[in-house]
Amino acid sequence: MAVMTREETEALIQEVLEVYPESAKKDRAKHLMINDQSVTQSKKCITSNRKSLPGVMTIRGCAYAGSKGVVWGPIKDMVHISHGPVGCGQYSRAGRRNYYVGMTGVNTFGTINFTSDFQEKDIVFGGDKKLSKLIDEIETLFPLNKGITIQSECPVGLIGDDIEAVAKEKSKEIGKTVVPVRCEGFRGVSQSLGHHIANDSVRDWVLPKRDDTEFDSTPYDVSILGDYNIGGDAWSSRTLLEEMGLRVVAQWSGDGTLSEMELTPKVKLNLLHCYRSMNYISRHMEEKYGIPWVEYNFFGPTKIAESLRKIASYFDDRIKENAERVIEKYDSQNKAIIEKYRPRLQGKRVMLYVGGLRPRHVVGAYEDLGMEVVGAGYEFGHNDDYDRTIKELGNTTLIYDDLTGYEFEEFVKKIKPDLIGSGVKEKYIFQKMGVPFRQMHSWDYSGPYHGYDGFAIFARDMDMTLNNPCWKHIHAPWKRTAEAKEKLVANA
Amino acid sequence: MPSVMLRRSDSGGLLFYVAKKDLEETVISVERDNEQEWGGKVELADGSTWFIDPISPPPVFPTTLRFKRA
Repeated sequence: MAVMTREETEALIQEVLEVYPESAKKDRAKHLMINDQSVTQSKKCITSNRKSLPGVMTIRGCAYAGSKGVVWGPIKDMVHISHGPVGCGQYSRAGRRNYYVGMTGVNTFGTINFTSDFQEKDIVFGGDKKLSKLIDEIETLFPLNKGITIQSECPVGLIGDDIEAVAKEKSKEIGKTVVPVRCEGFRGVSQSLGHHIANDSVRDWVLPKRDDTEFDSTPYDVSILGDYNIGGDAWSSRTLLEEMGLRVVAQWSGDGTLSEMELTPKVKLNLLHCYRSMNYISRHMEEKYGIPWVEYNFFGPTKIAESLRKIASYFDDRIKENAERVIEKYDSQNKAIIEKYRPRLQGKRVMLYVGGLRPRHVVGAYEDLGMEVVGAGYEFGHNDDYDRTIKELGNTTLIYDDLTGYEFEEFVKKIKPDLIGSGVKEKYIFQKMGVPFRQMHSWDYSGPYHGYDGFAIFARDMDMTLNNPCWKHIHAPWKRTAEAKEKLVANA
Repeated sequence: MPSVMLRRSDSGGLLFYVAKKDLEETVISVERDNEQEWGGKVELADGSTWFIDPISPPPVFPTTLRFKRA
C-alpha cells in the first residue's frame, strides 16, 4: 500500500471510531491525530496523559510499575521490597531484562523478588510491624545490601500505613539508606506518575546524602540518565562516551548503584536518554546543583553521530575532536551493516506503539535501514513527548495516544504495515494475524540496540523478523490463493 | 498557585514549566525585568498570563517560584 494521504488517514480514523458509543467516540478522537510538521505545539491536536476509557483494552501499566519496574528496580545493590500482596512483585520479577554485573543474592539483588506478602490480618491490623521485621530479615540474610527501598502497592495506601516512619526508624537502626516510595498503583493514569514519584523520592532521600563530601572530579564527568541497560544498552552507550574521553560517573539506573546515584550531583553534564522517566530529576539537578542536561539519542548511526556532536559541544576542543574520531572509527562498520541489510529491508513500513521514548527515538534507526515509520504512539506519553515526536515523523503519519486493543488491530488491518513494534501483550495477537512483530520494550529477548554495536544487532533482528520464512506458511495450504501457490512453486 | 520552574532554553529564552500541568512554554514578556526587580505580569507563548509579586533582587535561573493566574 502506498503512502496514505491526509484524507485517507482521516477517513480511516473515522471508520475505526465508528463502533464506539457517542461519548467514547468523542473522547477517543482527541487521542488520534495525523502528523503535520508545521504544528509546533502538540496540545493543539492531540490529548495525552488522560485517564483511559473504562471498558476499552488499554496497554498501560500502573504507578508501581513506573517506580519499581522502571526507575528503582534496576539499582542493583539495593533491595527493593514490593510492599503489599505477593502478585505485583512476582509477576513483574526480572521481566525487563535490566542486565547488571554482580553476584545475585550476595551483593546484587536485581532479579530477586522481595515482598511483604500481605495477608488479611495485615490489612486489618496494618503492615508496619511486618515491614520492620522484613527489613531485619533482609539485613540478616543479605548483609551486603547498600540500602532498601519500600515500593508500596495499592493496599498500603488504602489502609494508610506510615511507611515513612518505619523507613526513618529502620534507617537509623541499620545505618543504611531506606527509601519509602509512595507509588501505589492507583495513583495517576499510567506508569508515568510512578516515574515522577520515584524521581521525587530520589530527590528527597538519596541525592542530598553526599552534598558535603569531597569528590575527585574531572572536567569531563558525565552521568547517563534514563538508560535502563535493557539487554546491555547502557554498556554499549557507555563505551562510546568513554572513547570520546568523557568519564561516566553514574548510570541511572541500569546496572546502577546507590553510590553512583549519590555522586551524580558532582558531574558536569547530565545525559538524558529517556526524557519521560527522568526529566524531573534532571530539572531538579539543574536548579539545585546547576548541572545542565542534554537529551540524546543512541539509535542508528545518523542519530548517534548527531548526539555525539551535541554532547561534545558542551566540552572543549579535545572532546569535540574525539567525537569526530569516534564517528569516523565506526563509519566503515556502519556502512557494512547498512550495505548488508538495507536491500533486504528497503521500503518496509513499520508501526510502533511503545513507551516513553522509543516511538520517536528509533525512527532514525529505521530510516538508516531504508524503512519508514507509518504509525507511532505512546502508551503514557505527555504533551512534551508529542512535541518532540511531530518533528521526527513524516507528514500525514498516523499518531495515536493510549491506543486501545481494538483500535490497534483495526489500524493494522487497514494500514497493513510490514512490521509492528510493540509490547508482549500485543505480540501474539499480531503474529497470529500473520504480521511480523518485534517486542520493542525489552528488545524481544535480544539487544542491546543502543550505540553503534547495538545498531548491528538492531538491523539483524529486524531482518530476521521481517524476512523470516515462517510468514509464508501462516495460511493453511488449502486456503492459499493461486498467486501465492505459484510463488511458492517458483521459490521451491 | 502552581510551583513553576523557570529555566533558560538552549536558545536563551526563558521556559516556564509546570510539572503537574505538563505545561512548558516560552515566556514572551515580563512586566518588570530590570536590574532591581523581576516579576509582575508574565505572558507566555500560548497566550496565558500569570502573576508574581516582583522579586528584588532578580532571581538567578533556573529556579522554582510560585505564580498566580493573572
